[in-house]
Amino acid sequence: MTNIANTSERAGGNLTAQALREGFYAGVISLGLFVLFVGLETTQNIRNELVINQRWGLLAIFVIVAAVGRFLSVAYLRPWAAARKASAAARPVDEEVSFFKRNFSKIAIVALLVYPPLMVMLFGVQGSLKWVDNFGIQILIYVMLAWGLNIVVGLAGLLDLGYVAFYAVGAYSYALLSQQFGFSFWVLLPLAGILAAFWGMILGFPVLRLKGDYLAIVTLAFGEIIRLVLINWTEVTKGTFGVSGIPKASVFGIWSFDVSAPNNFAKAFDLPMSSAYYKIFLFYLILALALLTAYVTIKLRRMPIGRAWEALREDEIACRSLGINTVTTKLTAFSIGAMFGGFAGSFFAVRQGFVSPESFVFLESAIILAIVVLGGMGSLVGIAIAAAVMVGGTELLREMTFLKAVFGPDFTPELYRMLIFGIAMVVVMVWKPRGFVGSREPTAFLKERKAVSGSFTKEGHG
Amino acid sequence: MSDTLLSVQGVETYYGNIRALAGVNVEVKRGEIVSLIGANGAGKSTLMMTICGSPQARTGTVTFDGEDITRVPTHLIARRRIAQSPEGRRIFPRMTVYENLQMGASLDNLKFFNEDVEKIFTLFPRLKERQAQRGGTLSGGEQQMLSIGRALMARPKLLLLDEPSLGLAPLIIKQIFDAIKVLNQEQGLTVFLVEQNAFAALKLSNRAYVMVNGQVTMSGSGKELLANPEVRAAYLEGGRH
Repeated sequence: MTNIANTSERAGGNLTAQALREGFYAGVISLGLFVLFVGLETTQNIRNELVINQRWGLLAIFVIVAAVGRFLSVAYLRPWAAARKASAAARPVDEEVSFFKRNFSKIAIVALLVYPPLMVMLFGVQGSLKWVDNFGIQILIYVMLAWGLNIVVGLAGLLDLGYVAFYAVGAYSYALLSQQFGFSFWVLLPLAGILAAFWGMILGFPVLRLKGDYLAIVTLAFGEIIRLVLINWTEVTKGTFGVSGIPKASVFGIWSFDVSAPNNFAKAFDLPMSSAYYKIFLFYLILALALLTAYVTIKLRRMPIGRAWEALREDEIACRSLGINTVTTKLTAFSIGAMFGGFAGSFFAVRQGFVSPESFVFLESAIILAIVVLGGMGSLVGIAIAAAVMVGGTELLREMTFLKAVFGPDFTPELYRMLIFGIAMVVVMVWKPRGFVGSREPTAFLKERKAVSGSFTKEGHG
Repeated sequence: MSDTLLSVQGVETYYGNIRALAGVNVEVKRGEIVSLIGANGAGKSTLMMTICGSPQARTGTVTFDGEDITRVPTHLIARRRIAQSPEGRRIFPRMTVYENLQMGASLDNLKFFNEDVEKIFTLFPRLKERQAQRGGTLSGGEQQMLSIGRALMARPKLLLLDEPSLGLAPLIIKQIFDAIKVLNQEQGLTVFLVEQNAFAALKLSNRAYVMVNGQVTMSGSGKELLANPEVRAAYLEGGRH
């Protein structure tokens, strides 16, 4: 199993023989591994006795999958990957990129704009609900959160494991203030952002001197503190019961989505009553918020503060010796990142109509951070793709009812969500260690961009 | 305006309880090139960092342009136009050469950027060729040029250079030292240089200090020190056994 590098250079027959051999070994190893885990199952019968069930069929499936998988990987996949790599290396660097690649973000934005009407046309008004809400809105929330966190982690290089705290601050700001004072969504959206930014600064001050692992631990604790406060401050937050009955957003106060309201959207346009219109409105709302995040990020990167963030990520000491105030630089990164988290949070509250501390557990922070890392730190397009793949992919699992036919009626694919999430992360990190879009796009050029830019060469310090 | 630009008086700097500088007196006059030579661990880089306020001196004073800057934070010292090319160059590896130079000009918010960047490109034509390349992909010599170029973008009154010859080929060292000379003679830039390469440094400098164990043990003009038998034995011929 060791001669991996040489396989592609050998003759075809030799390769097949080797693949067969390695496949056989893989089968034997997996048999050894799984014979007790999978082949035998212990359960209790009705008299509370321990019974051993034998599951040789399932074991056989495991072994065959391992053996055949290894065989295919050695015989076909690896030579194919090697050939592709060789042809990619042979290609000239200054080759014209395709139209699709050059205009990817514009095409993506147009596609997102026409997405809800398209879904309505394809699946009908009610049928579109699932696609607009479960997929569209769900993915876009994570895109926005990841873009917000990207300012802190990707640009300023401050590892923040408690980002969900600002999401929670935004959500509870909207939930509580709208219930207590009856403010509308459009008043509370900026307010939630400001409050979250404020909390971002509060987190920022004590951690100014920390870096890397130490910073990560403190931010992790901060996220937990916010969650525990939400659970235990029952007079205000109603604890684990959460806040329910959060008012819906309106289209700038012109049309409402409350069924009883006279200016109801469906009534105003003589449409049949459906919650789908509200979801479509929310879709465009989160799309606008996410695009605002992207726009601000792109603009800031070209401004002194954005350049200072990136320089801070690279080398803090060099920054100080160039006259950059690292204190304000870090605080602005924390607070602007937190502000977008707050926006996303108040959107989350308005979409769910209900918030509880359970939505703001550490796992959420970890998922958002994973999306940023998988997408390639600092790259907006990469992060959006990562969010679509990771969130959309796990959402798709719910749809895979045909898997029940394979694994039996007890099989619930969504339970394997985190397992698949983890496997996907490992695969991406092996395949592209710097994320989907690993190279950093420069923000400034003297004249024309040169054909061979630094992103094609390897990074070194020599 | 007095003749002295930078004056370090009786400075002691500690790392925890370890005394790295034990009462150092150094003076740099306007328009001079002054170098500081000494063995590894003598405290040369510590002195350079102390001038920049990181770490700050425990006792003694650092005066720049008539103002006491001993307790001023690092980034505010930089704003008083002391630019530094730190030890190990510390360029921004993932940013392009052009962006690195932009960072150098952030004090004036890029007001003189276009004008100054041309000057840097005339001084170091290699940087112009490499401007779209990421800093981390440059060779050591180019990184050093970038580090000096970035420091110059801040329009400094005083340029601090910490071992610009470290790990570079003799030909590149010559290029860099020639550039320093040009800056000093044509633009009147004041340079304070820390070097292990004593021969090249002493030849370039108007004056020099020799540092041993956190103290300045000798000082004089570059020529004097070059001729001094003790200096020759310790720093010039010692390495050529």
